[in-house]
Amino acid sequence: MSAPLSDAVAATPTRANTGRRGGLLRLLSDPMGALGIALVVLVVLGAIFAGVLTSHNPIGMALGERFLPPGALHLLGTDQLGRDLFTRVLYGARIALTVALIATSISFIGGLILGMIAGYGPRWLDSFLLLVFDALRSFPTVMLALALVTLVGPSLSAVVLVVVLATLPGYARVVRAQTMSLKGAEFVLAARALGAPTRRILPVHIMPNLIGPLLILASMDIPVVITIEAGMSFLGLGVRPPTPSWGSILNDGFSFIRESAWPAIAGGLPIVVATLGFTFLGETLRDQFDPRLRKDA
Amino acid sequence: MLVYGVKRIGLAVLITALALIMLITTIQFIPGDPAAVLLGPLATPELRQAFRVEMGLDQSVLIQITRFFSRAVTGDLGTDVLTHRPVLLTVAEQAPFTLALIASGIGWAALLGIPLGCFAAMRRGSLADRVIAVLSVSMIAVPSFVIAIYSLLFFCVRLGWFPTIGAGEPGDLGDQLRHLVLPSLAVGLGWVGYLARMVRASMLEVLTENHIRMARAFGLRERTITFRYALKLAIIPTVVLLGIGVGHMISGAVFAEIVFARPGVGRLMYDAVITRNYPVVIGGVMITTAFYVLCTLVADLIAAWLDPRVRSSL
Amino acid sequence: MGAGDILSVDRLSVDFRTADGALHALRDVSLAVPRAEIVGIVGESGCGKSTLINSVIGLLSENAEVSTGRILFNGADLLTMHSDGLTRLRGDRITTIFQDPMTSLNPVLSIGTQMTAIQYRSGLSRSAKRDRAVEFLRKVKIPDPEKRLGQYPHQFSGGMRQRICIAMALLPEPDLLIADEPTTALDATLEVQVIRLLKDLQREIGCSILFISHHLGVVAELCDRVAIMYAGEVVERGTVREIFHDPRHPYTRKLLECDPARIPVATRDLPTIPGDLPNLIEIPMGCIFRPRCPHRFERCIERPEPRRLSGDHLAACHKAELLQFA
Repeated sequence: MSAPLSDAVAATPTRANTGRRGGLLRLLSDPMGALGIALVVLVVLGAIFAGVLTSHNPIGMALGERFLPPGALHLLGTDQLGRDLFTRVLYGARIALTVALIATSISFIGGLILGMIAGYGPRWLDSFLLLVFDALRSFPTVMLALALVTLVGPSLSAVVLVVVLATLPGYARVVRAQTMSLKGAEFVLAARALGAPTRRILPVHIMPNLIGPLLILASMDIPVVITIEAGMSFLGLGVRPPTPSWGSILNDGFSFIRESAWPAIAGGLPIVVATLGFTFLGETLRDQFDPRLRKDA
Repeated sequence: MLVYGVKRIGLAVLITALALIMLITTIQFIPGDPAAVLLGPLATPELRQAFRVEMGLDQSVLIQITRFFSRAVTGDLGTDVLTHRPVLLTVAEQAPFTLALIASGIGWAALLGIPLGCFAAMRRGSLADRVIAVLSVSMIAVPSFVIAIYSLLFFCVRLGWFPTIGAGEPGDLGDQLRHLVLPSLAVGLGWVGYLARMVRASMLEVLTENHIRMARAFGLRERTITFRYALKLAIIPTVVLLGIGVGHMISGAVFAEIVFARPGVGRLMYDAVITRNYPVVIGGVMITTAFYVLCTLVADLIAAWLDPRVRSSL
Repeated sequence: MGAGDILSVDRLSVDFRTADGALHALRDVSLAVPRAEIVGIVGESGCGKSTLINSVIGLLSENAEVSTGRILFNGADLLTMHSDGLTRLRGDRITTIFQDPMTSLNPVLSIGTQMTAIQYRSGLSRSAKRDRAVEFLRKVKIPDPEKRLGQYPHQFSGGMRQRICIAMALLPEPDLLIADEPTTALDATLEVQVIRLLKDLQREIGCSILFISHHLGVVAELCDRVAIMYAGEVVERGTVREIFHDPRHPYTRKLLECDPARIPVATRDLPTIPGDLPNLIEIPMGCIFRPRCPHRFERCIERPEPRRLSGDHLAACHKAELLQFA
């Protein structure tokens, strides 16, 4: 399980950005970007149209049809309770994307606020917040998950909590760095000279300059969120059965790996597709739009 | 160097302490009765009360923290609920297995990642470079537990090349190594990608510096320039990165131990969560966190020492 | 350009491929460095000095293209030489000193390591290489050289680092030493020391030096011959005496006029040459200096070939014979 990408990402110097084509076309012109978009679209559409794409019940058992290999009726086969794996994978996508959306939003906003406070506020507050962030980051993510779930019990909210705790410091650090450099920028000094109070400077002058890099950071963090959710569900620390999450499908597959290989393959497949897709997309976004975001650990 | 070292150690101690304080404080915020939640519905009221007293849950946060730290300093991290042995001992018994896993994970990452990164930097812009870039990104993206299960499926169940369970016969090094190959690969593969990218970026940056130009102007062979002149400088940030990698590998080790049924700290803690062995969970989290902080500290110090400019300010 | 020249650049033209087209960095450049003599190259930034050096030592960037010309070193054309041959020459027969001593040395290797590494072709034993390094550190007046061999660059001052670079450059006793603005980053006192050192060591070893600078005074003191470059061309060359006492190209004359050291009366307004450097992608017709030349006339639309004014004195100007330094 990888920790937030913002932690230890080393950037590749960008391939030359030839052409002045518009945003989407630039992304598509890079094969990795095109592949990333394709995979992401696949996952998102699968999640949205899960009900339409299959007619099976994701939690409906059919004990006479256990461990069927992939076929016309069951695109990915069936699991140990006869449930259609393809359907469960599609519904699992909903969970993965929901967690990604919610957790990323919370981390984004939280990191934005705390980062701005750290960057713009008094030194002692900055030092204190930095210490808190470093302390949070010193927990290996799985350990954090184990500890928290021991205390609050397994649930989707627990997953969101773990993700937020693990990713928020990363956002906050980037915001803090940007805020500190913007603090000394001319237009900020000008605004202060004109008497603008801090509560106006931050949202009006500083924040707009932060949103862009943060969005790119968020797109690069999504695969991490998906990984944490799947990992926690795999360990039984996330959604409770019979709700299908990619991690729990994988866990079932793992438990019965001697009976049939297909459930394990089916569980891992969407995770691979989603993480590769979002990572390719995020990498290309960063290369094309903000190569400055390289952060060498 | 001395000043840097002292500062860094102090910071590490502070961060660890803060992390542990945060953990203890969080226990206060469990809705309801912590004893009930932690011991489960089957615990009797007497058991719960005993637990509360034992854990000091009936006292203020500050006292709890002080108690914990004063005990921790003497090595007492609580008692295993199931076996009634000190938590520290329980964890220490499992530690060597996990350490071996992490060490070999680092080994894979360094052995594969550094040469790949070097190669990509020297062949910048070529097809090989792009392929390595995509491979690196892919290795970073795919979670280690998926790699673990797929490799178990393919190399063990399907092909039977490697054993599926356990850490091997004690005393038989060869057998133990065989049992280590796949789990350590699963743990370390993601970091092959991170290292390859970092080494590549670092090398490319170093190769544009003036002293490299001067080395070329003096007719030094390309091989000498790459390995003796450039890599030596470029490798320094990689050491820091590896320190951070340990944290990820601890997480990866948990999955690897479960998937490959290996003994280790991760497996221990996972079982402890299921059996509601609260002291082991909390104690284990604290130990692994402290270990992680120690590793990043050591990595930073090594990196500082490798740079003569920092080293000589001793 | 006689047989006694160690280096002979013959009508060299170098282009760079850029997104906006070919940039003609060097056009028809010719100059000669006789054996055991010091030849200076003077010119502003952007005149092509670096490109010229990189062409000689074979370290041009990927997008560079030599369109015509030869670079003869000891009679052999460096441009047609195999890269292995060039690598053998570099650091052995042709050595280089660069401008910024603070970044020229590898920070993680000791001075001793770097000074012995460049001797890998010599066939000497390790201790012999060390001894040679110590010997040359002594020659450049680094105190206590045996001990300092194990130290790292950051433990030396800027002036000392430049002297170490000089020691490294002269250690192989090369035929040609190329010095790319070696004193630009140093203050005046250090500059004097370095120049004196170069002079003494050149006499002792008997090598030639190609000395690039924009400091006219230093060039006058150190060099035997000078070539003046402007925007990728050699506009005038000759002996130091000829160039400084009888400059025949308007650019050379302007350069000398503008040299602050030559201004007799203290003044607030320093003279400058009006205008900007030309665009090297679209080279205008005729003389490259025409837009800024106070002596231009109709014929200047035609590109002037270098005219021989005396034995070694050439100037690329239609009015070269007429202009006398009053």
